[in-house]
Amino acid sequence: MNDQDPTKLDSTPDDSGVNPTETDSVTPKASSGVSRRSVLKGAAGAGVAAISGFPMIWAQNIQNVTLRQFGTGVSNLNAIAEKCKEDLGFNLQLTSLDSDSVTQRAVTQPNSYDIADIEYWICKKVYPSGVMQPLDVSRLSNYDKISQLFITGRLTDDAEIAQGTAPHTVGFVPTKESTEFASAPTNWMTLIPTIYNADTLGIRPDLIDRPITSWADIMDPAFRGQTSLINVPSIGIMDAAMICEAMGEITYGDKGNMTRAEIDQTIDILKAAKRDGQFRAFWKTFDESVNLMASGEVVIQSMWSPAVAAVRSQGIACRYQPLQEGYRAWGGGLGIASHLSGLELDAAYEYIDWYLSGWVGAYLNRQGYYSAAPETSKQFMSDDEWGYWMEGEAAQGDILSPSGDVMETAGAVRDGGSYEERMGSVACWNSVMDENQYMVRKWNEFIVS
Amino acid sequence: MSASKNRHAYWQASPLTLVLLAFLVFPIIVIGIVSFWNYNSYSLIPDFIFDNYAYLLTSPVTLKAYINTFQFAFLAWFFTLAIGFTVAYFLAFHIHSVKAQTICFLICTVPFFTSNIIRMISWIPLLGRNGLVNSSLLSAGIIDQPLTFLLYSDFAVVLAYVHLYSLFMVVPIFNSMMRIDRSLVEAAVDAGANAFQVLRDVIVPLSKSGIIVGSIFVMTLVMGDFVTVKIMGGGITANVGMMIYNEISLLQYPAAAAGAVVLLATVLMMLVILFRLVDIRKEL
Repeated sequence: MNDQDPTKLDSTPDDSGVNPTETDSVTPKASSGVSRRSVLKGAAGAGVAAISGFPMIWAQNIQNVTLRQFGTGVSNLNAIAEKCKEDLGFNLQLTSLDSDSVTQRAVTQPNSYDIADIEYWICKKVYPSGVMQPLDVSRLSNYDKISQLFITGRLTDDAEIAQGTAPHTVGFVPTKESTEFASAPTNWMTLIPTIYNADTLGIRPDLIDRPITSWADIMDPAFRGQTSLINVPSIGIMDAAMICEAMGEITYGDKGNMTRAEIDQTIDILKAAKRDGQFRAFWKTFDESVNLMASGEVVIQSMWSPAVAAVRSQGIACRYQPLQEGYRAWGGGLGIASHLSGLELDAAYEYIDWYLSGWVGAYLNRQGYYSAAPETSKQFMSDDEWGYWMEGEAAQGDILSPSGDVMETAGAVRDGGSYEERMGSVACWNSVMDENQYMVRKWNEFIVS
Repeated sequence: MSASKNRHAYWQASPLTLVLLAFLVFPIIVIGIVSFWNYNSYSLIPDFIFDNYAYLLTSPVTLKAYINTFQFAFLAWFFTLAIGFTVAYFLAFHIHSVKAQTICFLICTVPFFTSNIIRMISWIPLLGRNGLVNSSLLSAGIIDQPLTFLLYSDFAVVLAYVHLYSLFMVVPIFNSMMRIDRSLVEAAVDAGANAFQVLRDVIVPLSKSGIIVGSIFVMTLVMGDFVTVKIMGGGITANVGMMIYNEISLLQYPAAAAGAVVLLATVLMMLVILFRLVDIRKEL
C-alpha cells in the first residue's frame, strides 16, 4: 500500500471536487497552484500544531529510531508507516500475523517488538504475563478525545454495557507495575484504543431468496453445506453463542464468560450441525473468508467488514447483514513492550498520540472500521465520507477506499447504518473466558469431530 | 591397520553425527520434555505431569483423528501404489530406448517444479461448487445439482495426496524394476507363464524393495501432513497433524508436544513393521 505516497498524490487532479482528499479539508484555502506535496507538509504541520503542549522531542537522533510494531493485518498498514515517517520522522517497521500467532509472539518473544497492536481479548491473555508496560495517559494530549466506549464502556451515558471482554474492563491497571486490571479508569492504560468495529454475518443476497434477520438463519437447513464459521476459538465461540441464543436453544448468563455447562451445550449444537453437513468449511484467515464467499461455496458465514468490501470490489453482491440480536464487537489498540525505555519510549508515546490525532482514524474509518477518537478523524474526512461511513447517510458521490478505488457510488447506504446504530447494538465483545482452556479443548473437539 | 581405519571412520562420520544430534535428536528430546509440562492460556509451566498424555490417550477426539489419519494414509498408499506401479511398469518394460525412458521420467517430474501448495490450491477452482468439473457436468446435463463432495471433503484430501505423492511411489519402483534381469522374464515366458503369472511371480517379488520404500515415503508423508488437510478439507476434516497444528496455534505447546510424541511413536512402529518386510540395506 503505497497509495499515500505524496508523489502519487501529486497526480490527483485538483478539481476532482466530489471527493476532496483529507488534505483539502484541513487546509481549505490551499489553491490549486500549490503543489500537493507542500499541502501535505502543511497538513503535517497542522497536525503537529494540533498536539502542541505535548513535550516534543525533536532531537536529531529521533531519525534513527525504528519502532517495531506487530499485530493483526487489520491496522498494520504500510500507509500508516509512511505517514508516520513523514509526520514524525522516525521509522515504523510492521509485521502482520493472524490473531493466534500475535498472542503467541506477544508472550513468547517480548523482545521482538516495541509496540504491540493487539485486540482487547488478546490483551487480557498477554498483559498478565508482564511483557508489556502501561501507558501514562497524562502524557497523551489526545486522551480526552478517546470515545467513552473505551473508558467507561458506555457509548452514551444511558447505554448498556455489552457482554464479553469489553475494552474498558482490561483497559486500565491501578499502578505502573501492576499486572492486574483495574475496575475503574486510572492514569495507566494497558492499550490505547485505535480501531474497533461491530461484526455480523456476511451474506450473498443474490444467492439467498429470503430476508436474513437473525443469527439463527445460519443454521437454516435451506443453507445446508453453504455456511461457514470462523475457526479462531475465542471469536468463533462468540458467533456460536449468538447463533445458539438466537435459535432459542440456550440462554447465557454471560456469553463472554460461559460456564462449562453452557460451553458443552453450545459445542453439542455445533457438532450436531456439523454432522448434518450444515458447514461447508471453516476459515482462519481473511482471504479464506473472501474466497469462500466470492466463489459461491458459502452464502452465509462469519465475516469481517473489509472482507465484505473485498468481495464486493470483485463485482459480487455481498451484504454485511445487520441482525436483530445485535453485533459481536471487537476492538484493538496499541500497547508498549516492557523493554522499551528512553528515546524509543518517547517516540512510542509520540507515535501513539499521533495515531489518535486524526489522520489514521480517517484512514481506518474509510476502510469501514471505526476510529477510537472519532472527532479528530472528522477533520480529515470530507462531509460526504463522514456522512456515509459514520452517519449512515446515502453517499452523494463516489465513496473511495483509502487506496483510491471506488467502493460505493452515489446513493449507497452503509449496511447497518450509522455509528450509533451499529456500535449501539453490540450484544457482546470478543472474549477470553475464565474457562478458556476448557472452551478451547471443546472447540478443538468440534473441529476434529 | 583396521584400528586406524576405524578411527578415521569416526571423525569422518562426526560432522553428520553432530548435525543430527543438534538438529534432530536434541529437538526431539526437548519436545519429549515439554510434553510433560503444564500450561495455562499464556505461559508454559515447567512441571512433570501426565495430564497431557492422559487427555490425549483417553479423548475420543484423538481416536477419531487417528482413524481419519490411518484412513487417509491407507487410501493414499493404495492409489499411489496402483498408479505408481503401473507407471513404473510401463516405463521399465514397455519403453525400450533409454532416451525415451529418461524423457518420460522427466515428464513425470515436471509438476514437481512448482511448490506443493500451489499444486494443491490449483485443484480448488476445478473442484468447487461452481468449479470447472461441476459446471461442465451441469452443462452436459449429467447432474442437475452441483456435486459438493468434490471439495472440502475426504475425497478432495485423498485426491490431493495421490496427486502430490504418486511420484514418490514411481521413482523407487521404477528403480528396482530397472534392475530386474530381463532374462528372468524371458525364462518365465519360456517356461509357459502367462503375462499375469510373470507379473505376480517375477516382477512383483523382485520390485518389492521399491514398493516398500515408496510405501514408507507415502505413509510417513501422509501421517505427518496437516497442510493438505487444512486446504483441501476446508477445516472440516481433521487428522492428527491438524490437531497438533490447532494446539500450537492456541499456545498449548505441551499438549501439542504430547501429540507429536505419540504420532512419532506411531509412525516409528509402522516403519518397524515395514522394515521387517524388506532388508533395505541389502536391496539398495
